[in-house]
Amino acid sequence: MNNLQNFTKGFFKENPVFVLLLGMCPTLGVTTSAINGLGMGLATTFVLVMSNLVVSLVKDFIPDKVRIPSFIVIIASFVTVVELAMQGYAPALFDQLGLFIPLIVVNCIVLGRAEAFASKNTVFSSVVDGLSMGLGFALALMILGSVRELLGSGAIFNIKLINHDMILVFVLAPGAFIALGYLIALMNKLNKTK
Amino acid sequence: MTYIIIIISAIFVNNIVLAQFLGICPFLGVSNKISTSVGMGSAVLFVMTLATIVTWLVQNYVLMPLGIPFLQTIAFILVIAALVQMVEIILKKVSPALYSALGVFLPLITTNCAVLGVAILTIQKDFNLMEGVVFAIANALGFSLALVTFASIREHLDLMEVPAGMKGVPIALVTAGILALAFMGFTGIV
Amino acid sequence: MAAKRESTFFNMVSTLLLVSAISALALGSVYNLTKEPIALAKKKKQEEAIKAVLPAFDRLVTKKFKSGVGEEKDSLQFNLAYQGDQFVGAAINTFTNKGFGGEIKLMVGLLPDETINNISVLEHKETPGLGDKMAKSKSTWSNQFNGKNPATFKLAVKKDKGDVDAITAATISSRAYTDAVNRAVVTFGANKGGI
Repeated sequence: MNNLQNFTKGFFKENPVFVLLLGMCPTLGVTTSAINGLGMGLATTFVLVMSNLVVSLVKDFIPDKVRIPSFIVIIASFVTVVELAMQGYAPALFDQLGLFIPLIVVNCIVLGRAEAFASKNTVFSSVVDGLSMGLGFALALMILGSVRELLGSGAIFNIKLINHDMILVFVLAPGAFIALGYLIALMNKLNKTK
Repeated sequence: MTYIIIIISAIFVNNIVLAQFLGICPFLGVSNKISTSVGMGSAVLFVMTLATIVTWLVQNYVLMPLGIPFLQTIAFILVIAALVQMVEIILKKVSPALYSALGVFLPLITTNCAVLGVAILTIQKDFNLMEGVVFAIANALGFSLALVTFASIREHLDLMEVPAGMKGVPIALVTAGILALAFMGFTGIV
Repeated sequence: MAAKRESTFFNMVSTLLLVSAISALALGSVYNLTKEPIALAKKKKQEEAIKAVLPAFDRLVTKKFKSGVGEEKDSLQFNLAYQGDQFVGAAINTFTNKGFGGEIKLMVGLLPDETINNISVLEHKETPGLGDKMAKSKSTWSNQFNGKNPATFKLAVKKDKGDVDAITAATISSRAYTDAVNRAVVTFGANKGGI
């Protein structure tokens, strides 16, 4: 696989949310608006890239049997960095995303990529992989957030597009499930016809 | 009285899966059959309660006195991972019957964000240890309720004709959405 | 490339210790780096909220008073504002635990005669699209409190025979918001002598 393929796979062919169905909790939990989805996606991207980088650097140093706990410590450290940085520099976004920031630790994508990709590949391609998966995740969250925000409150990125009462249920919990269900169905259809 | 409010709110009003979106992976992953979902529910009940007790103690007797609450995330996830391992080893020795029932679900629980989520929520809500335990048990019951209800719907769904593109996960998600809609009916009872 | 290290007991323990120690040290330094911005961000939020809910002032005095409602241990922070020597109002950090998503924190600005000047939301976890309309950025709902004196304006939602119009489909959030405002007003009334 060349680097370009490695980079583009996260957006469409192996999109973590729509195709691999990983990281569902933050996907559903924070996508009440496009901006929240994007913020969460970028936070996860940072953690993914950094943990992939470090894991691929130290992979030969870590004995196989303590691989998973070591990866978890590395991931949790970067999650804490994001948590602290957000509290200091983007407190409003931090308030919105709340509990889901520390929960990046248990996002299956992060540990999954560390284990399946970074622990077997070179530093450079691991970073590319992290970037690809992270941005693909961010893109998916942003799309879902936009759809829900548009249908639920008639706006995208807080810009009011439709000045009318909308289908409120889409910003509430049930709407998250339903919107994601239809988006995945659409993605299945697109992937098949291609 | 507070306990009753905590219990009702955790199981019905703020259901951990359908309203708070925690533990979605096992919710979608092991909800094909009622029997497996009951097993997963019991394993979560067990681990979540233990994890909440231990993380509460860690937070209040280690992290706070040492002034390092920023290590919360890292400490909690390690505690949970270690706890799951220990439970697995002890169960294997002490009760092989229980182990064969819950064993396969245990490794999955480390990455079940509901467990870490409830542990952190207990700290955020300033619960004392007893309230924390009640909160954890109620959330685990809420998780099991959602899981078992969902599994029984999916068992029927398997026999239905579903449009090709909607097969599998999409229709499951839409079903979950309708289930969440039903749970919204509990809004306002506490 | 170096050969992979084997899973001997010593290797496993030393690796785990080393990994944990490095990350704890690294996090410690990150914590120290971000401590100041975090404190600053919190302070800025507080200051902006005070400015938003009070008329012009040039001096602030901070005092804590026991909450006039609820449990004894609860205390509210009063930010007393003075223009010269004239007391122009108090911005009160108040809260409620009755919100739909748990705690709600408000900054309530009261004039010396207890009239509500303005209110701003510091923290809430209410449902987006419903309860979050209490925030000024989402709707003008909370403006109905401005300029009302609790002596003539009963602080309870209409369902509870008060004068507050609830947010459509979010009675619980509205009730909680009103509860927090009421807590500030009652505490202010009870401690007027001590200001």
